[in-house]
Parts: sequence; C-alpha cells; structure tokens
Amino acid sequence: MSTLDALQIAVRAIIANRLRSLLTLLGLVIGVSSVIALIAVGQGTQKGVSDQIRGLGTDLIFIEPSAEATTQQGGGASPITTTLTRADADAIAANGNPAISAVTSHITGEAQAIAGVNNVGAESVFTSSNYAEVRDLEVATGSFIAPGHDRAGSLVAVLGIRVAETLFPNVDPIGQEVRLSFLAGRVVFAFTVIGVLHEVGGAADADDQVFVPITGMANRFRFLYTPTGDLRVTQIDVQASPGADTEQLKQQISELLLFRHNRTDPDFTIESQDDLLEAASEVANTLSILLGVIGGISLLVGGIGVMNIMLVSVTERTREIGIRRAVGATAGDIVNQFVTEALALSVLGGMIGIVIGVVASLLVDGQTLGDQEVTTVIQAWSIAAAFGVSAGVGLISGIYPAWRATVVDPIAALRNE
Amino acid sequence: MGSEPQVVEEARESQRTPLLSARNLARIFHLGGQTIHALEPLNLDIQRGDFIAIAGPSGSGKSTLLQLLGLIESPTSGEVRVQDRAAHGLGGEQRAALRLKTLGFVFQAFNLLQMLTARQNVEIALALAGWPRRKRRARAKELLESVGLGERLEHRPLQLSGGERQRVAIARAMANDPDVILADEPTGNLDSQTGREIVQLLEDLNRAGQTIVMVTHNLEIARRAGRLFLMRDGRMREVDPSDPRGLD
Repeated sequence: MSTLDALQIAVRAIIANRLRSLLTLLGLVIGVSSVIALIAVGQGTQKGVSDQIRGLGTDLIFIEPSAEATTQQGGGASPITTTLTRADADAIAANGNPAISAVTSHITGEAQAIAGVNNVGAESVFTSSNYAEVRDLEVATGSFIAPGHDRAGSLVAVLGIRVAETLFPNVDPIGQEVRLSFLAGRVVFAFTVIGVLHEVGGAADADDQVFVPITGMANRFRFLYTPTGDLRVTQIDVQASPGADTEQLKQQISELLLFRHNRTDPDFTIESQDDLLEAASEVANTLSILLGVIGGISLLVGGIGVMNIMLVSVTERTREIGIRRAVGATAGDIVNQFVTEALALSVLGGMIGIVIGVVASLLVDGQTLGDQEVTTVIQAWSIAAAFGVSAGVGLISGIYPAWRATVVDPIAALRNE
Repeated sequence: MGSEPQVVEEARESQRTPLLSARNLARIFHLGGQTIHALEPLNLDIQRGDFIAIAGPSGSGKSTLLQLLGLIESPTSGEVRVQDRAAHGLGGEQRAALRLKTLGFVFQAFNLLQMLTARQNVEIALALAGWPRRKRRARAKELLESVGLGERLEHRPLQLSGGERQRVAIARAMANDPDVILADEPTGNLDSQTGREIVQLLEDLNRAGQTIVMVTHNLEIARRAGRLFLMRDGRMREVDPSDPRGLD
C-alpha cells in the first residue's frame, strides 16, 4: 500500500473521530505555538536589552565605583558614595591616548522635577557638554548643555522626552522654568529649560532624566567635593576611538586609576559595552532557554497525547487491523498506516501551532505588560525546530502503537465484535 | 512443434496439482489446563473449479480448518500446501502475500471497514496488492457491479442491508482474482431468502471457474456444493451431496 493510500486512510480515520482528533491536535497546537511564541518573547527581550545597551553610544567603556568600595565609604560626610573624581576623568583624557576619542563624567541622583502644578520623579544627571555626544543623545528641540554653561556653572536643564511631556503637556518647554527638588525636598533649585531630547524608546533611562551642568551643581553642593577638593563623580564614560582595542584600553585605564588611587586592588569597575552586551545576552539567553524548555515540555505533553490516542486507536481498531491482516496486509502495511496517521495528526497540529504561535507573537509585540513593553522576535529556526520536533514526536508516538498493532492476532481480532 | 505434447502434459499436471491441500493437518488448543483436539489429522485436496462445502455443528472444527487453510492460523502438526508448496515454513510477510494474491476471505460477520464506502472496502485489497489508483477504482466498480451493487458504490456498510454487505465482502474477496475463496458461514448472519441469494451468487462464481470452499452449519445450503464434507469432533469425511443417506 502506498504512503498516499495510507495518508488517505489516515485522513478518513481522523475525520471519523473528529472530537478525539481535535483534542489530540490541541496538545500539539499548544506545544508548537508555545515554543514559537515563548522563544519569540525570549529573543525579543534579548534584542531589547542589546538595543538598549547599544543605544548608550558607540565603543563605550564605563567606569564605576566598585560595590565594596562604596559600601566601605557609606555613612561618611557626603551623601555621594563614590571612589571616582572628575580629576580621574581629566587624567584619563589628558593622557593623550590615541585610543581615546572622548571622556565624560557625571553624577546621578534622584530628584523631583516640578513645573507649575506638574511634577514627576526624575533622575538628575549632573554632567558636562560632551555627554550628549559620547552617549549618542539627540536633541529634539533647543540645545544640549554648551561649553559656556560648563564654564559659567549655569542653572540650565535639558529634559528627557517623558519628563518634558509630563511637565509641559501643552507648552513648548524651551525657556520655561523647571525646579529640581533634591534631598527629599530639603534643597530646591530653579533651572531654565534649554533643550528636550529625542525619544530614545524602550526602557531607556534618558527619557526619564534631567541633565544639568555639573559645575553649576558643584558650586551649590559642597559635599560633591572630596576633602582634598576633587569633584566626585559616580560614573566616567570613555569613548574609544574607532578600531581601538578596548580590552587594552581598559587595562591602561585601570593601571592609571590604580596609580592615582594609590591602590593595588581596584576600587572601581571597568566594563565595555561588549562586556555589558555579553552579560545581558547571557541573562537573555538563559531566559530564552527557560521559555523554550517550557514550550518544549508542552510539546512533549502534546506528543504523549498523540501516543495515548494512537494506543487507544489501536485497541479500538483491533477488528479493523484483523480484517486488513486477513485480506493480506503485511505488518509493514499496518505500521505504515498507524505511523502515517500519527504523523498526519502531528504535522497538522504543527502547522496550526505555527500559525497560532506566529499570530500570538505578532499580537503581543509592542504590548505593555505591567510597566514592561513586550518585544517579540519571531525566529525562523524556532518555527522549523518546533515543527520538526512536533513531526518527530508524532513519528515516535506512532511507532510504538503501530508495533502493538502488528502483534494483534488476526483471528482474535476478527472475533472481536 | 515437438514441444506440444510436453505443454499438454504440463497443463494436465497443473490440473492434477491441487490449488490448496491439507496434509495430516491437526490443531490442538490448550485452554484452562484442558487439551482440545479441535482438528484431528486430516487430508484434503482442493482442485481448481471445486465448490466444496464443509458442514457440521458448532464446535466441530470447520472454522478452524478454514482458518488453517487461509494461513491465518498455524497448525499444531501437518501442513497446508498452496499449489504444492508448503506454507508452514513461510514468514508472516510471505503468508500475507499469499493471502493477498491467492486467497479471498468471506466472513459470517462481513468484516467490512465501517468508515469506508463499499467501493473503498473493495479497493483496500487492490491497494494492498499495489494496483494504481485509477485502475483499482475501475476494478472495484466492475466487481461491485458483478455482485449487483452497481448502484451502491458510495454507500457505507451501515447504509447497506446484510445481504448487500456480504456481496461487498464477496466482491472484496474476488478483488485480486484469487485461486480460492474461503467463505466462513457466509449466510450465518442473513435471513434464509438472502442466504439463498448469496449461495446462488457463490454458485454463479463457481460456474464461472472460481474455486470456493464454504463452511456452513446449514445442510440445505451445504448440499448445493459440488463436494460435501461433514465434520464432527474435529474429524472429517466426504459424502455425496446428492445422497440424503450420507448426511445422517
């Protein structure tokens, strides 16, 4: 009997047992669609994190105080706990290293931004004029902090898009006054808005930040200075020159800072964008694998469902098997028939599962779940793998029942009324 | 021209060689610690064109004999020979092939596949024999027309009467032009009038050259066969179907 004949009989058997076939299909459909949709979510998360890190700038190296060092320093006179100073940033820049394109530094802190009756919690970034260039931030209206503002220590502010939209829903923010309240409202300063940034998108920090010249704040917060008169910073960003060896540059910066801090063990951490990407990729990969495994388990359960149904089918159709054997069907014909039937079920389930998985992934893409935007990236390999596994599971699920069918005694089967 | 006598001799030899034969064929069942001699050693030669009836009461061993002849049951001793070739040494696949090509089965309970139409039920046997799709459709139609079901091709078994179902089963048995049709109580599930019609159909087939072995408990039907064997307690004897005294 040809495979086409077996397929025709399989389709008739599937149609003859509609409800049972439908329930069997359901297991596979859920399995395949879960694999596709969950992997799409996992890959979307990975892409989102990668984009966010890449969005920070190009060829960046981030220097931050180490966690141990800040813990040891905590509870001191200054509310800013850091081991880094602006002098460190200047020293890195002044080194004349051709591998360095630009250096910027900043202090971040929580602040309440207020404009008229509107107010919003924002992260204040005390920084300098080259920050926008190093971090690839684009100004939508107005301008970013200029070198003149740095020198003068002006009280001007550049707003992230979400801060601007919240504070100035109906008016052009440029030239307006925004007040920043620090230290739980104990200190409030008024700033003139000189620019609003383009939307960075996703969960990017810049959209919720307010940028002000570090020099202006240093003049007003004396605790920003160390006892030796250096200006504290919470992060130094170094932009490597195109094609520079970032690993070597990290090593050079580390040696310089160890020398300046007069230490043998670092009280800072240096990470490149690649390091962050790698770490984030690892986390996102683990998430993808976890989600894929969950989907895979549903697929396995679906496959067991097919095997169960095929076993029931063999028991129910003992008489049919006996008739076929009596008429002249070989064991191979019987195996072919039941395997084809299991394969037809699983391939059909796989195809429906692909459609549902892809549609579900597209529907979920861009939706907000809690305060997180869900991004999905449908992977061709996940579709192929889910379909392949579904068909494979169907094949394996069909073989054992098919073998059981071949050992049915035709005489006993024909007596089975 | 010198080879002509040899051809004639071969044809005669072929006519003398039984299509199907049993040699010292016996079957013992062991059930619940009891040994049941379902079939005592017996011999039987079935020649081309025979219409053989095997009659006997229930439990006499006639169905066991038919299943042994049909290669779906294995003997305890003795052998079945198909065209003088011993069948006992054959594997499952070879026995299946012999069943497919040389034997046709008709069962008391019809044994049709409920999910298939009359035509598809006949096509199953043809598909197993590797007939191409178009040819087997035509062949199934032709067979069903020959048993008077030309108008019922696309009906499923549940839409057919008992007699019609048995006709489909007979058409299926004839599908691969078998050497022998083995019919196990073909009228057992039918009323007497329909039963007579089915036997008439088998007689017509036999007149057209088809070899038939029929098992029945109905002596009236059995006497219409060309050769009649009576079975009792696993033993078989041949009697003259036209001699009423032999049936006692």
